Amino acid sequence: MRVGLFVPCLVDQCFPETARSTRRVLERIGARVDVPGEPVCCGQLLFKAGLWRKTVPAAKRMIRVFERFDRVVAPSGSCVHMVRRHYPTLFQEDPVWRDPSLELSRKIFELSEFLVHQSGVEDVGAFFPGRVTYHDSCQVLRGLGVREEPRRLLARVRGLELVEMDPPDTCCGFGGVFSFKFPDAAGALALAKAERILATGAGTVTGCEPSCLMNIEGVLRRAGHGVKAFHLADILAGSTAGSRPQSNHGTP
Amino acid sequence: MDVRSDRIRESSRAALEDRDLQRALGRAGPLLKSMRNAGMATLDRPEALRERAHAVKRETMARLDEMLTLLESRIKEQGGQVHWARSADEANRVILELARKNRARSVVKGKSMATEEIGVNDALSRSGIDVFETDLGEFIIQLAGEPPSHIAAPAIHKTRQQVSALFARHFGAEPTDSIPEMTRFARRILRERFLAADMGITGVNFAVASTGTIVLFENEGNIRLTTSLPRTHVAVMGMEKVIPTLEDLDVFLRLLGRSATGQKLPSYVSLLNGPRRTGERDGPEAFHLVILDNGRTRILGDPELRETLYCIKCSACLSFCPVYLQIGGHAYGWAYSGPIGSVLTPQLVDRKRACDLPYACTLCGACAEVCPVKIDLPRLMVALRRRYQESPEWPGPSSRVERAGMELYAKALEHPALYRLVSRLARIVQVPFRRGDRLVHLPPPFKGWAAHRAVRPLPPRPFHSRSAGSPGHPEEVEDE
Ligand code: SF4
Repeated sequence: MRVGLFVPCLVDQCFPETARSTRRVLERIGARVDVPGEPVCCGQLLFKAGLWRKTVPAAKRMIRVFERFDRVVAPSGSCVHMVRRHYPTLFQEDPVWRDPSLELSRKIFELSEFLVHQSGVEDVGAFFPGRVTYHDSCQVLRGLGVREEPRRLLARVRGLELVEMDPPDTCCGFGGVFSFKFPDAAGALALAKAERILATGAGTVTGCEPSCLMNIEGVLRRAGHGVKAFHLADILAGSTAGSRPQSNHGTP
Repeated sequence: MDVRSDRIRESSRAALEDRDLQRALGRAGPLLKSMRNAGMATLDRPEALRERAHAVKRETMARLDEMLTLLESRIKEQGGQVHWARSADEANRVILELARKNRARSVVKGKSMATEEIGVNDALSRSGIDVFETDLGEFIIQLAGEPPSHIAAPAIHKTRQQVSALFARHFGAEPTDSIPEMTRFARRILRERFLAADMGITGVNFAVASTGTIVLFENEGNIRLTTSLPRTHVAVMGMEKVIPTLEDLDVFLRLLGRSATGQKLPSYVSLLNGPRRTGERDGPEAFHLVILDNGRTRILGDPELRETLYCIKCSACLSFCPVYLQIGGHAYGWAYSGPIGSVLTPQLVDRKRACDLPYACTLCGACAEVCPVKIDLPRLMVALRRRYQESPEWPGPSSRVERAGMELYAKALEHPALYRLVSRLARIVQVPFRRGDRLVHLPPPFKGWAAHRAVRPLPPRPFHSRSAGSPGHPEEVEDE
């Protein structure tokens, strides 16, 4: 299967390692991964700010660049949600781009859902020592309906103990433009999230959405806490020599 | 009611620093959520019921004129009178006129969002008529001179100590910590007001078109007294409150109480059919229904935004909104707050004043998940943002700097060469702000962000960097 790796702008600029981790994980389960040479972005920040007209050129590039792939995978739930949910709206009255936008919206997947549902893999042969808590990002959980997939993947990581926050699914307060227009309310929400994370005693918080992790990590670090924030891909990419991916549903 | 939504950025900041408010919200949030969830859990197929509720609303809105005309004729057949009000002012004029005709000097009121919206209390008291709120929560905030901060629990922002202090100040009551004691005290005062009132004003939860029935939900019995003791009962409804039949009412009966407070049914449900008839022992001598437009026809005519009118004012979206639970209802600056307030206010009042509201939202989707009529609130939020950015009829909320930044960002996404240039420049520009693994003293718009977070410098190279060699395999060189 030819998989196109979509590296969103935030990951490209701030978390290049997460892009590499995603690629590593996908290759480890036997996917043929290809990265478009030019940076490309889904345009969700513009779209959600209300700038639909300005979103269109970015979205068209996105559709064109990934046309040649069977599947597209991204280490960002919100970007996948943007394409899956909002591209069809953006192009609903465009006779030329409607179908291509629908096609992309059907073949793009967030990493954990791709691994579990498209590849039938839960054990990617990863090793990560320590206590980890998982943050349900809004666009991942309520947007894509992904709750169990990352947890199942984490459960198979050697050395990892998953501890749940109470509750794990409250918003971290990022919200794109929101945290710039309402920095104080956003900060208060991020702080509340940080407190829940600290209460678990975990040394690491993980998730499937880089923007939340950036937000959460910033608050934790400012308060001087040593809790690390890792994208799920980074955790899954850590491997011990010799462990091999196993499939629950046949060979991927 | 005055609109102060243009101050939401300042007032939300003040709210975050208000200790009493934070204490009250911190306590109320988890409680409201768990009550609602427990209530919905008692339903067999909650999803199917929400779907049904959505469908009823959709169908009703599609023939709202017909429904309202039917409602009007049924009410008239029962001896009631119907008044149409295009605006808040018109509604207030109608009500004032009724009060004058009845020589009303004292009015009792049940909790109602529509009357908050039009600000009837002010209109009446300006004409020398006493207006008394009789819902306990409303009674408290009327004493405090404040608007409600939550649709179902108007005084949720008050701690019990604050309430006790209010009672002491206004009535010389003994300070107490006991809620039952405060309730008893309030009841004593309210009883006299009921007996003295010449007119009762309520809202409407549902108006059943086929039978001309006005349906009212409550927990304290005060609405029952408001609608039956005074000579005249005036009910004020937004025109979206009409539903076709009693069967449809059954759907909403099961959803409203559960969504608001987790109750299967509220303590009192009144179904009112016009004034007292000969032979009946109670009820008002006259019944008036005021049907309020105040901008609703415009929403109805807007297919993208029409869903806003499906709202049954249950307040679940407020109780689950992370932003609301941080800043409280007053920060939103008008009658409606939380997600539905952010969507409804810009459509009903001066747009310019309300332009920040749709941005007071992280688009987390918690509201849509609990809305009993399945209104896609995040979709509406983004649709309104789009109006504000792209339609000349919606004066925009963005500063020049914001617009320029977005323009540059959009262009960079369109043109990879520009994207690379910006990316390289950003790495140069950040240098003077760098202190070890942190960026400090950042200018706006990053200033607010950096006030609450340690900001990491950008890594030396992005994933897609030019030095990465052949396109398609950027990591080959980057892995070094
Ligand atoms: S929008 Fe939905 S959840 Fe919010 S008050 Fe209206 S009906 Fe209730």
